[in-house]
Amino acid sequence: MKLGHNKNFTLGAVITAFMLAVILVGMVWTPYDPNAMDGAAKRLAPCLAHPLGTDNFGRDILSRVIEGAGATFLIAAATVAIGLAAGLVIGGLTGYYGGWLDEIIMRLNDAVAAFPSILLALVLIALMEPGRSSIILALGVLFVPSFARIVRAEVARQKSLDYVASARLMGAGDMRVLFGHILPNIVPVLLPSVAIGFNNAVLAEASMSYLGVGVQPPDASLGRMLNEAQSYLMSAPWYALSAGAAIILLILGFGLLSEGLGGERDA
Amino acid sequence: MLVTLLLISLLAFLAFQIIPADPVTKLLGTDYTPERAAALRHELGLDRNVLVRYLDWLTGFVTGDLGVSYSYGMSVSDVMAGKGAVTAALSVMAWLLVIAISVPLGITLARWQGRRLDRVFVAMNQVFMAIPPFFLGILFTYIFGMVLKLFVPGGFILPEESLGGFFGYLFFPALAIALPKAAMVTKLLRSSILNQMDQDYVRTAYSRGNSRWSVIRTHVLRNAILPVVTFVAMTLADIVAGSIIVEQVFALPGLGRLLLASIGNRDYPVVQCIVVIIAAVVVFMNYLADVVTQYIDPRIRLG
Repeated sequence: MKLGHNKNFTLGAVITAFMLAVILVGMVWTPYDPNAMDGAAKRLAPCLAHPLGTDNFGRDILSRVIEGAGATFLIAAATVAIGLAAGLVIGGLTGYYGGWLDEIIMRLNDAVAAFPSILLALVLIALMEPGRSSIILALGVLFVPSFARIVRAEVARQKSLDYVASARLMGAGDMRVLFGHILPNIVPVLLPSVAIGFNNAVLAEASMSYLGVGVQPPDASLGRMLNEAQSYLMSAPWYALSAGAAIILLILGFGLLSEGLGGERDA
Repeated sequence: MLVTLLLISLLAFLAFQIIPADPVTKLLGTDYTPERAAALRHELGLDRNVLVRYLDWLTGFVTGDLGVSYSYGMSVSDVMAGKGAVTAALSVMAWLLVIAISVPLGITLARWQGRRLDRVFVAMNQVFMAIPPFFLGILFTYIFGMVLKLFVPGGFILPEESLGGFFGYLFFPALAIALPKAAMVTKLLRSSILNQMDQDYVRTAYSRGNSRWSVIRTHVLRNAILPVVTFVAMTLADIVAGSIIVEQVFALPGLGRLLLASIGNRDYPVVQCIVVIIAAVVVFMNYLADVVTQYIDPRIRLG
């Protein structure tokens, strides 16, 4: 896998690095206070003082997009972290040991996987209170099956390889073999799925916040902003465009990265 | 297939039993007294054993009795009447659009692989795959609704009033759902065809004097379409989910809005019903994909 020669990977890395830089800077500094209202500057079109214009309360849209992208990013990252951690443990153990527990868990996985994740997340949120932690929890739980499935398949494949047998001969216990030897070897297979999972999380968070069951005001999030922006589509189209463009850049960057990592045939 | 469905319905049912939020509290509101709550709980049958209620609900569901909505006070099937048709029409339309766009486009791009047209579309595909359907819906509302005035945002037309107007209004929402999916299917079909081009049988076909186009049309397509069929069938699940959100963008009175309203009202019979119906559609589509795959490639046997 020669990453340097892969156009997808390079472009994806550039876009992602740009978004990450913007988000990191946004954590310590934004051009304006994202929540500061300015009655004299309502719904300004993009200009020098406000490069992306202002919203209905005179809040600077660039600052809000930066903060919203940060919020969306953190939620997606936390979601993937939950899904990945639980997926590694469940998939690792079932793939390594097999048996009836493996059967049951994989049946359950099939049932959950048959569902569109946004629909399930909506139902899960209905069981809790809307808000940032519920959305992380709901989406995180929903991502466990897909990660568990990939980890399980890989672990089951790797456990019959020679290096596992040698590790055992050297006296390594099951846990040591599984998490010390097999796990590092499945990372390359796992990375593209992590990027795809991240994108699904961004999309799901944006959709749920747009529907009003995700992040609650005054917290900013890209989906939440699109919800507000839709009411001012006629008078301030730049609001919706900016928030939407930020979502697209996030998803596009990680999508290209995952393809570069997957080593797919380049056009 | 049946086992999966039963499992899903059981999960959907149990999920609403273990939660702290109580529909009775929500229904009574300020009229809440312990006696009234107990009476209402009895009336709704909520004081019986969970398993008994599940079996009750399941037999009702199978025989067409979908239960009674808590907040509307009428049967769930009456609440859903008409709304299901909107979501179904929207989803099917979006799904047909996905096929209508991606199949010709995927084949054409594979045919002209490496040329400028191919490279432009491959790059565009990548961007379209990254656009959330509801944002595309907002864009369409602005461009086609407000600037070009091709439709009236929020001006949904009932199918009873004008069938043409009904489908006309659904066109842009359907397109918003379809485009990102169509981009994925196009990409998959294109690379599936190109993967086949390295095979021995393709070289044999070339050596018999076939042109690239006739090799693709008569030999490659049948082999390349298999993974695409499975994927297209599975996209229907995402399309239904997408339509639930896009319905909000275009103010369509479909299942999505009903679902959101019912979640807000803790109207669980309605939520359960919608979830199980969508799950049934998804599971059935996957089954259908298996059947079609087997028809195209008789070597694959259903397990």
